[in-house]
Amino acid sequence: MEILVASAIGAMTAAGVYLILRIRTFAVVLGMTMLSYAINVFLFSTGRLVIGAAPILDNYAENPTYTDPLPQALVLTAIVISFGMTAVVVMMALGAFIEGGDDRIDMPDDDRIMPDLRTVEDEEARDSVAQPAKSQPVGNEVGS
Amino acid sequence: MSPALIALLPFAGALLPGLLIRSGRNVAAFACGTATALALIGLWVHIPAIMRGEVVTAGFDWLPQIGLNAQFRIDGLALLFGTLILGIGLLIILYARHYLSRTDPIGKFYTYLMLFQGAMTGIVLCDNILFLLIFWELTSLSSFLLIGYWRHLPEGRQGARMALTVTGAGGLAMIAGMLILGQIAGSYEISEILASRDVIQASPWYTTALVLILIGAFTKSAQFPFHFWLPHAMAAPTPVSAYLHSATMVKAGLFLMARLWPALSGTPEWFYIVSITGLITMLLGAFIAVFKDDLKGLLAFSTVSHLGLITMLLGFGTEAAAIAAVFHIINHATFKAALFMTAGIIDHEAGTRSIRLLGGLRKLMPITFVIGTIAALSMAGIPPLNGFLSKEMMLYEVDHLDAMRQTFMVLATLAALFSVCYSLRFIAHVFLGPQRDEYPHKPHDPGLGLWVAPGFLAVLVVLIGLFPNTTAGWLVDASATAVTGVAQESHIYLWHGVNAALIMSIIAIAGGAVLLGLHRPLLAAWDAAPRPEAKAMFDATILNFGRLCGWLTDRITNGSMGRALAALTVTVVFCGALAWSTGSAGPITRPMLPVEPVPLIAWFMLIVATGCMVTFHRRRLLALVLVGIVGLIVSVGFAYMSAPDLALTQISVEVVTIILLLLALNFLPKRTLFETTDRRRGTDAFIAALTGIGFGTLAYAMMRRDFGADPISGYMLENSYKQGGGTNVVNVILVDFRGYDTFGEITVLGIAALVIFALTETLLQGKSSRRLRNWVTEQRRAGDRHPLMLVVATRLVLPVALVVGIYIFLRGHNEPGGGFVAGLVVAIALLMQYMASGFAWTQRRQRLPYHALIGAGVVAAAVTGVGAWFNGRPFLTSDYGYFKLPLLEEFELATAMGFDLGVFLCVLGAVMLALNSLSRIARHAGQTVNVDPMDSDPKNRREAEV
Repeated sequence: MEILVASAIGAMTAAGVYLILRIRTFAVVLGMTMLSYAINVFLFSTGRLVIGAAPILDNYAENPTYTDPLPQALVLTAIVISFGMTAVVVMMALGAFIEGGDDRIDMPDDDRIMPDLRTVEDEEARDSVAQPAKSQPVGNEVGS
Repeated sequence: MSPALIALLPFAGALLPGLLIRSGRNVAAFACGTATALALIGLWVHIPAIMRGEVVTAGFDWLPQIGLNAQFRIDGLALLFGTLILGIGLLIILYARHYLSRTDPIGKFYTYLMLFQGAMTGIVLCDNILFLLIFWELTSLSSFLLIGYWRHLPEGRQGARMALTVTGAGGLAMIAGMLILGQIAGSYEISEILASRDVIQASPWYTTALVLILIGAFTKSAQFPFHFWLPHAMAAPTPVSAYLHSATMVKAGLFLMARLWPALSGTPEWFYIVSITGLITMLLGAFIAVFKDDLKGLLAFSTVSHLGLITMLLGFGTEAAAIAAVFHIINHATFKAALFMTAGIIDHEAGTRSIRLLGGLRKLMPITFVIGTIAALSMAGIPPLNGFLSKEMMLYEVDHLDAMRQTFMVLATLAALFSVCYSLRFIAHVFLGPQRDEYPHKPHDPGLGLWVAPGFLAVLVVLIGLFPNTTAGWLVDASATAVTGVAQESHIYLWHGVNAALIMSIIAIAGGAVLLGLHRPLLAAWDAAPRPEAKAMFDATILNFGRLCGWLTDRITNGSMGRALAALTVTVVFCGALAWSTGSAGPITRPMLPVEPVPLIAWFMLIVATGCMVTFHRRRLLALVLVGIVGLIVSVGFAYMSAPDLALTQISVEVVTIILLLLALNFLPKRTLFETTDRRRGTDAFIAALTGIGFGTLAYAMMRRDFGADPISGYMLENSYKQGGGTNVVNVILVDFRGYDTFGEITVLGIAALVIFALTETLLQGKSSRRLRNWVTEQRRAGDRHPLMLVVATRLVLPVALVVGIYIFLRGHNEPGGGFVAGLVVAIALLMQYMASGFAWTQRRQRLPYHALIGAGVVAAAVTGVGAWFNGRPFLTSDYGYFKLPLLEEFELATAMGFDLGVFLCVLGAVMLALNSLSRIARHAGQTVNVDPMDSDPKNRREAEV
């Protein structure tokens, strides 16, 4: 059984990672959903696999066994939060598509390439070109 | 007064100018002065105790877990520095009031100044090196603000940046050094560190700690090769220069070396690093100062030189040298602050600080002339002023060195010679000589407010020089005792008889005078000579560093998200593999569970669905269906493996997720084109496969081993019923044991929904709104948008679904269910109506304010939590009891139900708001609103027939 769960986790992770490496938003959203599944199952499996021992207390059973409830509680909230996250991401993807008419996730080069870093001297040179009349006040020099 | 209060007073004083500046500049200055004076008096109250050799301590434990305690102590050294900081601070407050012009925002200035004063006082009074680091960084920050006070001046901004970069970087090194030191000594309390000298010096980490701490001290005290920031910091208003860059901040590094002197000094490493750095700094600073035309530049390099002198003395590691160092700290503070203020007065009244434009001010500014001359002669080391005394002591110590005596003697004499030269130049080229015909301003002596502070310091210079033992001897003794850890009694005399020190002094004075005579040709040579420009080098370094970072960033992320994510994934996999190969996981201890046929089939379906999804992800609708299948099997898996709550949650979340994605897909392209190269797909597939194999293997390895430590859930299973009053342990964990987490979680969910709402609002305006209005749908619309069958079925199901929702909610505490699942189930029940009859039609009939639901949910959870306070318990402690109503069985009510109600409302509100927002977009894009609940309403047909 463990090997089935582990291989399922591996398969879902691989699918998720492959999909988040695509360049269109929808695939990335699907990939994130798959990754959420994989991670949730992984977290759940940290409580180890137990069958037929749900953590519902049974006062009448003799020597009842229960599985670890803590990972379940964590995963439960994680499932709900990943829904919230998916919803926000989908909304952003949708907004970007409607606004820009394109559902690529890569940043266009115009947005990306920064203007060249300018030194202080460059700025001063530019300033002095802009205001050629400006003279340096005497006596304000500071040694170096 | 408690030492903690003394350190706090300047910080309290920092608030006053902001509050009082509207009452006028005098009131603000007076308030700051009062705070400073109170702190000074509070400090002096302890003088008798300190003279008796006691150490005054106070404080409280702040973060004892990491050894960070707010401990203060006052000993001789703290008294000396505290007196300098607060005493000169008082003079500076007075001076600045008259120095700054009416247009300068003086309230801001005083606030920065008091912040700085508080930080400095904190450094010298605290008894914990971690606590000291906090104040240390605060001085860097406040001095940044002060240097850049005239923010309209580019040199002010650049100087401030440079000072912050250098001292901040040094501070970082020092943090590392202090942590190592604390680890070696086993404590971060200074008193304990000082007591464990042998342990520290025997440690193999000693040199590392020493070098790191010294980098911090050297950057702060402008020691070579970090000296270059100090002259640039002179762009600050003169009161700041006089205060920070002569008397206090630059002495913080010296203070630290003196403070840790008993623990760190005495080793060859200490001697060579500290004294040689000091010697080089002393010589270099004095040499450059000779050629500075800017008065403040001259004083700045002179300060560098004198700081080097003190550093060198501390580096000698002998007790006599420590006494000399302490004495020179006092003397330098008095004459240098006076000189800075004099330079400020000249700048203020004559309109320039350039020596080339000055000269002959003797008659025009007689008071300034007297003050400046006394202070400058002291700086030159002319008897009988105080500078002479400490310089003689320094030369005497150099003469009695064991190692490198000749070198030190020659170079120290040379530095003293330069020092004489620039000091005399300060007098000769500014005050003496012929009066000029024109100055930028008409020079005259300033008002009392400006000259009283330097005048007072000049009087001190003379008094200490004439009567050193009466005026300063006690303070020197007390602080030297604190530095060395052994009771010290100094005897300072003007006349020692003829010894090597005196001869060196005479050489220096004579040589300095001769050098001044040759100044004109020398200056010409200096101007012609090529020399390294520290500022250009600094700027180039910063610029290239910025370019390097930019280049590196560009290699990792070039705007392609896939590339960045791939880098991230590969790094994670690499780290995991590294950890796996270096660590040990222990033997396999758990047997495998047997594989039943049904789970095997489910597994097979999941693998096939996953594979198909990757293969067909370009057909988006199909991919969505396949994702649904995967989610379904995951939830079935949860149910099979003893997690009914997870199964319920997963399946209901699955439904809303798919609906959400479908609604979004309505507007997105239905297919993804082939755009990437085979190579890229291959690489991605390789990375993905690697990650999948790694993660799966990790999961397998973990599942086959037992818990490394006892899981804490044993406690939860044990106490779920007793304390939480519920038998569904998962639910009790959510609403009780880990209620705080859940509280945060529902808040985040609510925020996510509000973000979606806000995004929708922006989409419905402006450019995107126009695009939406002209939206052309790609697909044909269904012939029957609201089929009769669906409408009837959902109507029938609605009450049932709502009841199921309530049932799941109510039983959640004891059986699988609870607020999360119930919220989702009710949301789905409502969504079905939306799907059946359309958004607008449904919305008109049930007006649930979803924002309010989210808010109410969070409030309900919070109120339940607060309720525990009234019960005398901590936040979110639940309580429960059993009740009986007529006609019903006895039942249980737990306060946790109120919390769960909050969860329920929040989840319901969030899900509905998210989907509602998407529907609003659809409506905006021109989807029609139906009047009838279904396409062919039987009611209409009947009416038509009639």
